Amino acid sequence: MTGLRRVLVANRGEIAVRIVRACHAAGVEAVAVYSDADENARWVQLADEAVHIGRSAAQKSYLDSDALLKAARSADVEAVHPGYGFLSENAAFARAIVEAGLVFVGPPPSAMEQMGDKAAARRAAQAAGVPVVPGSGPVDDPEDAVRVAEEVGYPLLVKAAAGGGGRGIRPVADAAELVDVLPGARAEARSAFGDGTVYLERAVPGARHVEVQVLADEHGNVVHLFERDCSVQRRRQKLLEEAPASDLRESTRQAITSAAVRLAGHVGYRNAGTVEFLVDSDENFYFIEMNTRVQVEHPITEAITGVDVIAEQLRIAGGAALTLEQDSVERRGVAIEMRINAEDPERDFAPTPGEITALHLPGGPGVRVDTGIVRGDRISPFYDSLIAKLICWGADREQAYARAGQALAEFHVGGVASTISLHRRLTADPRLRAGPVHTGWLEESRAGD
Amino acid sequence: MSTVEAHVPGVFYRRPSPDAAPFIEAGSVVEAGQTIALIEIMKTFNEVKADKSCRVSKILLDDGDEVDVGQTMFEVDEP
Repeated sequence: MTGLRRVLVANRGEIAVRIVRACHAAGVEAVAVYSDADENARWVQLADEAVHIGRSAAQKSYLDSDALLKAARSADVEAVHPGYGFLSENAAFARAIVEAGLVFVGPPPSAMEQMGDKAAARRAAQAAGVPVVPGSGPVDDPEDAVRVAEEVGYPLLVKAAAGGGGRGIRPVADAAELVDVLPGARAEARSAFGDGTVYLERAVPGARHVEVQVLADEHGNVVHLFERDCSVQRRRQKLLEEAPASDLRESTRQAITSAAVRLAGHVGYRNAGTVEFLVDSDENFYFIEMNTRVQVEHPITEAITGVDVIAEQLRIAGGAALTLEQDSVERRGVAIEMRINAEDPERDFAPTPGEITALHLPGGPGVRVDTGIVRGDRISPFYDSLIAKLICWGADREQAYARAGQALAEFHVGGVASTISLHRRLTADPRLRAGPVHTGWLEESRAGD
Repeated sequence: MSTVEAHVPGVFYRRPSPDAAPFIEAGSVVEAGQTIALIEIMKTFNEVKADKSCRVSKILLDDGDEVDVGQTMFEVDEP
């Protein structure tokens, strides 16, 4: 039992479908929301009730917190699940939900604020004894920045304090470039995140991106569900993820997962969250940020642990104690997730909105497809480009990649270009199949192709 | 008088960022190749550029409006 009766799913697409399903499996009613463009969408049809919240442009619907609060009141729900993206990491929205007497299916707004400000998150990590990449506090004028940069060391990254999801990051090689980049970085941070604060962080060349999934309840229990390797990226956007991180020493795995648990405990975290690290070639690891929401790639963690992360989110939000103890969380096999996006890899990943004229989804042992799309739907220009997530599990890496290859061979999307072709090449690439790659690998290898 | 139509569907923006000044105002004279608007499509931003020197007499959309392929965004005159 979750302790909840009726939940508003304040999102769209595959994650809305995923949350509606988890609600129903837990005996909870689910109320969907939809914009003009999504009136006939799959999650709307699966839900017990659906509320129209506005125009197609996200600013006028899924990003309109007043419209969502109004929907929650009119549908008489007791909780709101924000999914990922949109308002999921917006502390003001979470606070408004709580002040309306409703349950926010996520962390307390105070923990979101602390982790949402990257400079504050770094300080929290240091206070919790978690290593961070050498870096600075907020930097203001160029003179100050150059002085601080000498201590941090080049090459470095200028990062937006309020940034996230790989956005608001600029690489810098030397002082001249830093002075050049700073005004633009501040302006970009202000316009993208509403806060122009930036800070400096040393670049860690050749590092892997490894992140730890944690769950925490209001009774002081925190567990981790092991780690994911998300190093296959393009322009800092994840394309393919794997769990667990391959070829990681057991001592490193233990250290990194316990660091994540320590940080979550230190900041009074609650619900599902992810602590992100860079891991260098010597397996030194450094905290970079915490995502205070469920993530796109949570299914690979579910595949290797058997834990239903969304169901746990609902239980925790309902006030229940975690039924999981750390010793009871077992890791089995290897899982890969591939993001099938409506983008054309042959035309520099140009977005390809349009009607899905055909859709053949793969199946078989160890194969899971999460999607909010059915044949005949339109991939709308108003939202992100995710068509589906393909998750393949195997007893080991070799079987997981073999199943991924077969699933991709079966997977067909008609009407729009997609990243299926890219994933076919990637999952057959001997360099990726041989073991871990670093975060710059995909772009370097594509440049060399 | 001629018009400028959208080549892609998405969300129309008159300014480079929420707190910046608009690219142009009604009555602005623009050069060929000058950026006059943005269209956001799946979280990527496409610049709308003037294809000739002209005076923009009318702006038919507001910031954040939805725009479809072929929809008229501007009316323009020879300068």
